Amino acid sequence: MSKPYGYIALFESAPAIYHAAQSVREAGYKRWDVLTPFPVHGLDGAMGLKRSKVPVFTLCGGVIGFITGMLTAWYMGQFDYPLIVGGKPFFSPIFPFPVAYELTILLAAFGTLGGMFITNQLPMHYHPVMNYDKFRHLTDDKFAVFIEAEDELFSETGTREFLENLGPAEVAAISDEEEE
Amino acid sequence: MFRPSVLEEVRPADIPRRQIIENDRSFSWITQKVCGIVEGRTPTWWWVAFIICALIASFTLMGLIYLVSTGTGVWGLRNPTFWGWAIVNFVFWIGIGHAGTLISAILCLLKQKWRTSINRAAEAMTIFAVICAGIFPLFHVGRVWFGWWLFPLPNSNAIWPNFRSPLEWDVFAVSTYGTVSVLFWYMGMIPDLATIRDRVPMIFEERLAGAKTALQKTFEKLYFGFRKYFYGILAMGWRGSNRHWSNYEMAYLLLAGLSTPLVLSVHTVVSFDFAVANLPGWHTTIFPPYFVAGAIFSGFGMVLTLMLPLRAIFGLQDLITQFHIDCMCKICLATGSMVGYAYGMEFFIAWYGSNPYEGFAFINRAFGPYAWAYWIMISCNVITPQFFWFRWARENLWLVWILSCFINVGMWFERFVITVTSLANDFLPSSWDYFSPTIVDVFTFFGTFGLFGVLFLLFIRFLPLLAFAEIKSVSKQADVHGHH
Repeated sequence: MSKPYGYIALFESAPAIYHAAQSVREAGYKRWDVLTPFPVHGLDGAMGLKRSKVPVFTLCGGVIGFITGMLTAWYMGQFDYPLIVGGKPFFSPIFPFPVAYELTILLAAFGTLGGMFITNQLPMHYHPVMNYDKFRHLTDDKFAVFIEAEDELFSETGTREFLENLGPAEVAAISDEEEE
Repeated sequence: MFRPSVLEEVRPADIPRRQIIENDRSFSWITQKVCGIVEGRTPTWWWVAFIICALIASFTLMGLIYLVSTGTGVWGLRNPTFWGWAIVNFVFWIGIGHAGTLISAILCLLKQKWRTSINRAAEAMTIFAVICAGIFPLFHVGRVWFGWWLFPLPNSNAIWPNFRSPLEWDVFAVSTYGTVSVLFWYMGMIPDLATIRDRVPMIFEERLAGAKTALQKTFEKLYFGFRKYFYGILAMGWRGSNRHWSNYEMAYLLLAGLSTPLVLSVHTVVSFDFAVANLPGWHTTIFPPYFVAGAIFSGFGMVLTLMLPLRAIFGLQDLITQFHIDCMCKICLATGSMVGYAYGMEFFIAWYGSNPYEGFAFINRAFGPYAWAYWIMISCNVITPQFFWFRWARENLWLVWILSCFINVGMWFERFVITVTSLANDFLPSSWDYFSPTIVDVFTFFGTFGLFGVLFLLFIRFLPLLAFAEIKSVSKQADVHGHH
């Protein structure tokens, strides 16, 4: 095996991974990640993650949706083809409100989902960590800390020893070459 | 502040919290239990149920082909009841969907952790109910190939849709509701789909070892090749990274926050179809909250009707516990009583408002030609949920199931009573008539239950029935501080 993509340490329980994440963060690593089968509460804080940026996408979607709804009703009813229906005005901000409201929600929802995919860089159907032979357990009942070789503090022996000192079930090297 | 010294010496015990999952099941047990439904061999009952549902669904298909080839007259849409059956069924099915979004969104915002065991199936129910609902308004326009005129797309007449009409609001409300429900459902499923994807090679090896003939082996290879790509593509390369979970949870919370006003607005807009008209019995401000409560009521009725058999068939008693059933029964009780209050309040306002037409509409409902439908509605919707005050009733699962079926029936009759009694006896006695559905009406509606069943059976066979990543996160061993 050539130079590894990184080292992965496998843990058995949620508290263990929580403490391991704290240690890795305190050691000053930057390019690392924790893999868990479900969202472990408090782990964001242990990893020192910043607040998610998804709400920005939601807000943009919502604002665009509302403006689109109102502009559509105005353009069609007042500007492009004015038609008197039941003596009501060609345009008023009141009657198309349900339409603008629903479009706000619709585009905000698309913004949220799109924002989740963009911030997570998904879909990404291949990632080196998937070469790990126990990867299957990481979406089932096991937890892992993963440090990339790209990290400035990374060293083949030092990082391995550091991970072994955290008390994992095992430490393994990950390669970026797909196995044949 | 004075503090009794005894409090320094005595440390009160933690209040024992109810465990969402019973019997302290491990993470892998939960995975195995839920994935096993998708990964095991297709049970015989599934095929039997699927074929029966497909046959029933064909009634809808035949009914619609007959309608389109002949004309809307075959649906009994005639003076004075032009809306009749189609809108009754539309409102009924849309209402069924509401529990799904309510469980997913509102209970998520209220931090009701018990929602995790039932939200996935309820969301699926929502989507399939919206599909069934959409059939009726789409086809009752007659020339269904012009259905796209409802959307603001340029057509050859250069006339745009009328945004002043509640029916146009409906188009936006229901299509948004359907779309956002699908997004919410799919996003919630991504981590679970990743688990199923990662288990494919393991299950494949087991199956291959069990296959005896070369033909069986070839079949398993093809089938699991398909599964690998099917779940692989749907899972979007999810790998359970905590950096992903952080964004994912934020997105989930936001979608819940968006769906909450959405679910309340959809049935409000549906009620505007009625309330904005001047017809006695429809023109009331109680309609939006009354319709929303009714929708949630019927939706939870349907969730109970579906989940109780599934829980028994798949042995999910540890994940969908008595506590879950209790909670759902209590929501039925609350919303059912709200609906009962609305029935009473309609009568009160008809009397208090001193409008003779309004007063007649309600007396006619209770004692006129449709009194039979009215009293079915009252007994199913007002009396039935009152059983849920009692613990013995909530713990008798057969009784709960039967009562939930009554709720479904009652809520269909509610829409029938509202729509038909007001239309059939309007301002002009000369145009009054007794509405009865045609055979095509009845079969088309009956068939939608088959369509719903087909879609739901496909869902439980191919997609994770329970949101097990979320169930794990609320279990006892997921707590990083070792207590709960």
